[in-house]
Amino acid sequence: MSEVIHADHHDDHAHGPAKGLKRWLFTTNHKDIGTLYLWFSFAMFLVGGVLALVIRAELFQPGLQFVQPEFFNQMTTNHGLIMVFGAIMPAFVGLANWLIPMQVGAPDMALPRMNNLSFWILPFAFGMMISTLFMEGGGPNFGWTFYAPLSTTYAPPSVTYFIFAVHLMGASSIMGSINIIATILNMRAPGMTLMKMPMFVWTWLITAYLLIAVMPVLAGAVTMMLFDIHFDTSFFNAAGGGDPVMFQHIFWFFGHPEVYIMILPAFGIVSHIIPAFARKRLFGYTSMVYAVASIAFLSFIVWAHHMFTVGMPLAGQLFFMYSTMLIAVPTGVKVFNWIATMWRGSMTFETPMLFAIAFVVLFTMGGFSGLMLAITPVDYQYHDTYFVVAHFHYVLVPGALFSIIAAVYFWFPKWTGKMYDETLGKIHFWLSFVGVNVTFFPQHFSGLAGMPRRIPDYPLQFADFNMISSVGAFIFGLSQVFFLYVIIKSIRSGQPAADRSWEGAKGLEWTLPSPAPYHSFTHPPVVKDEEVLG
Amino acid sequence: MKNQLCRMKNQLCRIKRQLWRTMVGMTSLLLTGVAAADELNLRVGVTDISRQVYDLHMTIFLICVAIGVLVFGVLFWSVFNHRKSKGVEAATFHESTKLELAWTIVPTLILIVMAVPATQVLVAMYDTGGEDMSIEVRGYQWKWQYKYLDDDYNNTLSFFSVMSTPRDEIYNQSVKGDNYLLQVDEHLRIPTNRKVRFLITAEDVIHAWWVPDFGIKRDAVPGMLNELWTVVEEPGIYRGQCTELCGKDHGFMPIVVEVLPEAEFDAWYASKVSSELVRQGSFGETLSHEELMAQGETVYSTYCASCHLANGEGVAPVFPAIAGSAVAMGPRDDHLNLVINGVAGTAMQAFGRQLDPAQLASVVHYQRHAFGNDAGDMSQPQDVINLSNGQ
Ligand code: HEM
Ligand SMILES: [Cu+2]
Repeated sequence: MSEVIHADHHDDHAHGPAKGLKRWLFTTNHKDIGTLYLWFSFAMFLVGGVLALVIRAELFQPGLQFVQPEFFNQMTTNHGLIMVFGAIMPAFVGLANWLIPMQVGAPDMALPRMNNLSFWILPFAFGMMISTLFMEGGGPNFGWTFYAPLSTTYAPPSVTYFIFAVHLMGASSIMGSINIIATILNMRAPGMTLMKMPMFVWTWLITAYLLIAVMPVLAGAVTMMLFDIHFDTSFFNAAGGGDPVMFQHIFWFFGHPEVYIMILPAFGIVSHIIPAFARKRLFGYTSMVYAVASIAFLSFIVWAHHMFTVGMPLAGQLFFMYSTMLIAVPTGVKVFNWIATMWRGSMTFETPMLFAIAFVVLFTMGGFSGLMLAITPVDYQYHDTYFVVAHFHYVLVPGALFSIIAAVYFWFPKWTGKMYDETLGKIHFWLSFVGVNVTFFPQHFSGLAGMPRRIPDYPLQFADFNMISSVGAFIFGLSQVFFLYVIIKSIRSGQPAADRSWEGAKGLEWTLPSPAPYHSFTHPPVVKDEEVLG
Repeated sequence: MKNQLCRMKNQLCRIKRQLWRTMVGMTSLLLTGVAAADELNLRVGVTDISRQVYDLHMTIFLICVAIGVLVFGVLFWSVFNHRKSKGVEAATFHESTKLELAWTIVPTLILIVMAVPATQVLVAMYDTGGEDMSIEVRGYQWKWQYKYLDDDYNNTLSFFSVMSTPRDEIYNQSVKGDNYLLQVDEHLRIPTNRKVRFLITAEDVIHAWWVPDFGIKRDAVPGMLNELWTVVEEPGIYRGQCTELCGKDHGFMPIVVEVLPEAEFDAWYASKVSSELVRQGSFGETLSHEELMAQGETVYSTYCASCHLANGEGVAPVFPAIAGSAVAMGPRDDHLNLVINGVAGTAMQAFGRQLDPAQLASVVHYQRHAFGNDAGDMSQPQDVINLSNGQ
């Protein structure tokens, strides 16, 4: 649509971007919007990181040193919310914007104006959420899972802003998803059948459906909260006949698919990077697709594994234990396929590959602890301890986040036309790798030893592990500032990149010049099997 | 004979456990180079259930370690050998139905192997009923209330258990003691070898009651009664913490259970109940200013100071000051009513549900005569009883 309109006003069809601030405010270009998403998510990542460092500074030693418990709770809550909704999710949407049109051979996203809107909602949503920290009574302090009635009857007055912010984030995600689905289903180049789509496109297609399915559920949950707080309903208020446990069922019906929303695109990314640097076609493409689909399906029927201690009947506990254990099967299939791709390849270890291999190893460790957590009778001992914190940070930091960093290094030459500095990239990798493990590995131990999560101060026997963890967190935090330096330096003075920037890189995006033209494919490319399937 | 077999089996189990513990301990020591082996793993605990849980944990853990060694072994073998720098040409295979079926089916079988003992332990945990005694556990922001459910005494014995670690230790002004953050003013006491049932609920927000050594944890949810049980063989003091975020002082509401030999427990329980009956009979008596101030100060520091602060200054705007407050200087009955009924929609709870008349009268009297307040009147337990009856 937009192209037709533009063509009316300009003589030159292949026009470049507008100049100055207007370019970014009014842009409908998938690359510009992708860039906005990526920088926004990086900014949120730094904000969320600062909050994490406040937490780790306070936990460096037992006793209260820097912050009061009320403020500590606001730090944990906002750290979680900002990282999940502000850093990881928008980063994946940014990557989708940049990559999906190029990978399916389209000129742009299907719905460019909605694309602009879905991005520009986000700064307002997060501006509003972060501003609550400065309000009287403080910001959200009830954990990123905001269990009622702590988040309703007992919440600070600013909770209304939080609810509104969540609604905005949800609207943005839903619009983004519609756009992605519309693009993938309608704008593929002739000849690119579903079973020839690149894995990143596949995983995002499924993720987008997950988002559309569960974001309205989250919206429902916060709306019920809003009614409980302001209109005297009692959805979650036991004194009025409501049920606080119902909140958790609703939240986790959103929340569990949500955790897979944060990992499926990562699976896609890793499925591009490993074949590229192993110079070998992805092993088991078909089973990869089916594995992602079954993970997505299973993710709807496991939610109560977050609620094993809530007091369910035995049959319920058993159902959710078995279904959760089952997720390990398709997850295992993916890991085995990646290893089989590496097997007898001709590997080199540039920065994206290093991050991708670390992803496979450390994500799998998170999968192991996930499997342990799935075992209901032992989950009673692990639940709400640092063991859970270790688990989900292993799947989210060296999992989701490493995949995003890997993607940035991998497609950087295509986006900017410049090569990043390989030595600096490798330093960044090793710092991150050491930092992440020093931070989160000891948390398995403090969890097993019995340290509850979300506490500002702890008994003395947990002191050693917390100290190590805090040191690791600062290493990790600083290495991400270093990442910023590497990126800026490479944008400014990187070497020019070839069109096919990596020897083994396959996919339509590598057939475009580097940097990729403003409108990706103005004419549909010819889809050759050896290009799209590797 | 059968007994001996049992004992041998137990011993074998214990040896197995010890082996596991040393193994895990040693690997972990290597990994972190700190702390004693005991701190690195789940504790075995002191009940049959906690030991079953421990064994299950070790079984699953070791299966994961075995799979991990295998999978990562293959991965790293490939990383070291299949390098371009070693002149390896990439192979061209990209699928194998046999392999893919194998690594779908084999993990499924392993999961079934895991699910069997997991189901058994879970079923054992759900073996409720047949209890020798019941205790209601009620979570409050930020303390626990224990009520011994006992028809003989009309549930007389009920008390709060509040963290007793001094603020000075938390704020690093004095040395932290041994049980830092894990000590309370009054332990929950239970006997050995009897099946004790806990009925878990909460007054305000969700809390969670956990005693790691018993291998039991359950959420305390307002409006819901959850059930847990335990049988403890070894007397001792066992400590845990609240494990569901419940607001500001979530980190400061420990759980301490003291397990007494049966006879000792019975003696303690009888004397506790009788002194409680005496105390409840004495609410008609008139107390002196000094008596009220002394008791009032204790109640204040346990129940009020976490929000209104020990010096009565409060934390504006959420927790108003008591020092110089209009309520503390205004009519006495309004003050009493406010404390008894709380203030809806705020963190100020209805303490009439938590404190007895003597405690309520003394804490109000204290608030009216401490921090420079000088109401100059008296509040007696009988006044509280009259007010409550008047409603
Ligand atoms: C084999 C796969 C996995 C299994 C079996 C699994 C299992 C579990 C279980 C049982 C819990 C609840 C633990 C408790 O609270 O007691 C949990 C928590 C969690 N998992 Fe996983 N998990 C898996 C993979 C993942 C992945 C891929 C992600 C995200 C990328 C993830 C993110 C989380 C998060 C965020 C939580 C904690 C939420 C909270 O309470 O704050 N998990 N997992
Ligand atoms: Cu989950």
